[in-house]
Amino acid sequence: MAEASSPTHQAREWLASILVWGTAALVTATFCWLLGDIVWHGLSHLSWTFLTTSPESAGRRGGIGPILVSTLLILGVCLTVSLPIGVGTAILLAEFTSDHSLFGRMTRRSLDVLAGVPSIVFGLFGNAFFCKTLGLGFSILSGGLTLACMVLPILIRSTEEGFRAVPANYRLSAAALGLSRTTTLVHLLLPAAVPGLLVGLILGIGRAIAETAALIFTSGYVDRMPESLLDSGRALSIHIFDLSMNVSGGDANAYASTLVLVILLLAINGTAAWLAERGLHRRIVTV
Amino acid sequence: MTSSHSNILYRWPTDDLLCWLLRGLAAIAGLVVVFIVVFLIAETLPVLSHVGLERFFTDPSWHPAEGFYNLTPMLWGTLFTMAGSVLIATPLGILSAIFCHYYAPPILTRPYRRLIELLAGIPSVVYGFWGLVVLVPLIGEIHPPGPSLLSGILILTIMILPTIALMADASLANVPQHYLRGAAALGLPRWATIRGVVFPTAKSGLFTGVILETGRAIGETMAILMVCGNVVQTPSSFFDPIRTLTANIALEMSYALGDHRAALFVSGLVLMTMIAALTMAAEWISRGRIYG
Amino acid sequence: MRPADVHTKPHPLYPTDEQPSAAVPAPLIHVNNLSLHYGDRPAFQDVTLSIGPGGITALVGPSGCGKTSFLTALNRLTDLIPGCRVTGEIRIENLDVLAPQTDVIRLRRLVGMIFQKPNPFPLSIQNNLSFPLREHGLRDPVQIAHTTETVLQGVGLWDEVKDRLDSPALALSGGQQQRLCIARALALSPAVLLMDEPCSALDPLSSGLVEDLIVNLRGRYMVVIVTHNLAQARRIADAAAFFWVQDGTGRLIETGTARQLFEAPRDALTAAYISGMRG
Ligand SMILES: Nc1ncnc2c1ncn2[C@@H]1O[C@H](COP(=O)(O)OP(=O)(O)OP(=O)(O)O)[C@@H](O)[C@H]1O
Ligand SMILES: [Mg+2]
Repeated sequence: MAEASSPTHQAREWLASILVWGTAALVTATFCWLLGDIVWHGLSHLSWTFLTTSPESAGRRGGIGPILVSTLLILGVCLTVSLPIGVGTAILLAEFTSDHSLFGRMTRRSLDVLAGVPSIVFGLFGNAFFCKTLGLGFSILSGGLTLACMVLPILIRSTEEGFRAVPANYRLSAAALGLSRTTTLVHLLLPAAVPGLLVGLILGIGRAIAETAALIFTSGYVDRMPESLLDSGRALSIHIFDLSMNVSGGDANAYASTLVLVILLLAINGTAAWLAERGLHRRIVTV
Repeated sequence: MTSSHSNILYRWPTDDLLCWLLRGLAAIAGLVVVFIVVFLIAETLPVLSHVGLERFFTDPSWHPAEGFYNLTPMLWGTLFTMAGSVLIATPLGILSAIFCHYYAPPILTRPYRRLIELLAGIPSVVYGFWGLVVLVPLIGEIHPPGPSLLSGILILTIMILPTIALMADASLANVPQHYLRGAAALGLPRWATIRGVVFPTAKSGLFTGVILETGRAIGETMAILMVCGNVVQTPSSFFDPIRTLTANIALEMSYALGDHRAALFVSGLVLMTMIAALTMAAEWISRGRIYG
Repeated sequence: MRPADVHTKPHPLYPTDEQPSAAVPAPLIHVNNLSLHYGDRPAFQDVTLSIGPGGITALVGPSGCGKTSFLTALNRLTDLIPGCRVTGEIRIENLDVLAPQTDVIRLRRLVGMIFQKPNPFPLSIQNNLSFPLREHGLRDPVQIAHTTETVLQGVGLWDEVKDRLDSPALALSGGQQQRLCIARALALSPAVLLMDEPCSALDPLSSGLVEDLIVNLRGRYMVVIVTHNLAQARRIADAAAFFWVQDGTGRLIETGTARQLFEAPRDALTAAYISGMRG
């Protein structure tokens, strides 16, 4: 008490308050600056035609129709592959292995490492494995598969959380009734774990849509409407990169594309946050 | 009560089947990382066998076409941007979490936390684009050319700040309430409580946050690529353009062939090594949390 | 006095002249030298007892002496607990419970269990009963409906819920939920019913209802019930077993008929525990 009331300590308290509030103000200001700039410049170019027409003269004019299609296709490939693997692994880790089993520990460890791998390294791997070794070339398939590897950790972790949040007594009472583990899983645990699964899915989608570096040399740059999964297709984030770096006079369209990307991601993350919060309530009254 | 006893002896072969199926899926998930390492090494083998690892650090310059493979300028680029951004983002991120927990009035807490989460979700290409059109010209006015180590550090700072802020937020939330009540009962003012009680308790969580943000800083590609100027040189001032290991891969991979391509995989391997070292450090720290 | 005496000489809990008439084939639980460890920590050790058919057996003892653990060993729910190790021998109706090749699904249909906290599934009342039946191979809807009604009437719940079989089971009161759980177990026509403090999470009124229900089950099912309510144990049990913690591990101290154990305990520990609860 005596310590706190001495002048130097009071000054320190003041300084700390100023620093803390200053930081918060700085972060908020930067955020508003960034978002404001993008909305301000992007909104004027955003329109329905922009979303549906093809880019012209390397993207300076025209829209982003084929690019949105490619982005969705890449995402589709990514989820088709990562969802079964991810959910299966999560179920195994949460329900079928103890925390001490060697297999479980190894899988978990390897997923932790995977979560830290930089996206450019995923790009290198995708290029070497999917494009070259498997002979898929620069294609939507290669890009989607590369992204699938990348979103696995996030998908698995969140789904596993979903399963761990299911009360233990479901499992005990089901077992006491002589129900098989498969039945328990399908009829009781899976429905109860859906919130966690959804959050994981949405976070995975967010991560995939935001990704650029892993796609540059797996799915490629071609901005035409893709005709098959083996065609090269340009993702939205790559489009932004290309317009701003390699195309002089592409800024206006780059702004509009950036706005589209940001809106997509805000919607995705908002949904995830909302679901995560709702998931907590759902557990109390489930029908 | 009434169901016939003949049903009792129903046997379930599905359990074993399902278990094996799940194990197969998990094995795939677990093997991805092994695959990545194997492919990185396989792709680097040709150049490592006839150029050797050492020349990647001792060659006169990075001119892969002429057979010079010096990675050190890019390594410095990575290290400088990483160090600079971590040094700025760490205090800011921790202060930002402290704001959320101990200074913000209740109505600001939730919006501020949401805002940090939003920042965390914005893709790197957006940060890069904003840096390119807003930040780089600003720096160019102060000291040309504009694309520079400084702009890289600033953009990276904004990008990794949410990581450390959210980690710090989580570890502050874990500080037991009775510690705070104890400090309040002693009449300790806010900052003294934070310094004397909160920091020591949350220490390992904060360290983990720092390690995570460092990993992000090392691995970041697009934003850095867009704002740093990409000149291969060891910077002598904050205003010099630089090129990082990641940007180097992204720039040259599309046309690299033969040894050049393999050299890029070497830099990928170097990146992986740095990340692996960080992961081990993180593990070491979290083990300390359990026993110490 | 010496626990060792109890362990080596199992007491038949039902002298033949007192044995109630059983409607189902007489099951017999034989437990021999049973020990259970969580990791390295023993929960109970060297329990030897046999339980005769048809009646209600009460397990009593202080908290943490391994009563719940003992019950879960009987239907091998212990399989679900990582690091849990059970050694010794359990036989139920010629079934070697602990043998690895034993079909646990069959075992758990033979041995139903009721938990301390009512735990209906997050499904409708109807589905709580029909879902396990279907999973055990009963497909005929008429038969399922019939079983549902019979067991719900059996637990006295039919009149309370017959109009809202499709509403969520979690919307029922605690006592109703517990009776639903008992009905759910009975629907699979088990021979043995394990009950782990089935009344302790309920209000006195619901508790009384459930207690009456348990008394009604006497003779048709073999009931093994854990309870902290000694008065209740005395009211309903035919036989009783007393567990106690010695040297950090649960031990079976004394077994006998309920009357003998509660009124003339042979062991000083039992006597102290009983009188402590009484006083
Ligand atoms: N899943 C578990 N993991 C580790 N230890 C456990 C577990 N379950 C119980 N134990 C321990 O085993 C011992 C016996 O527990 P048990 O639940 O069988 O006691 P109990 O007699 O049922 O007590 P109560 O009357 O309080 O229900 C206790 O010391 C408990 O801490
Ligand atoms: Mg218990």
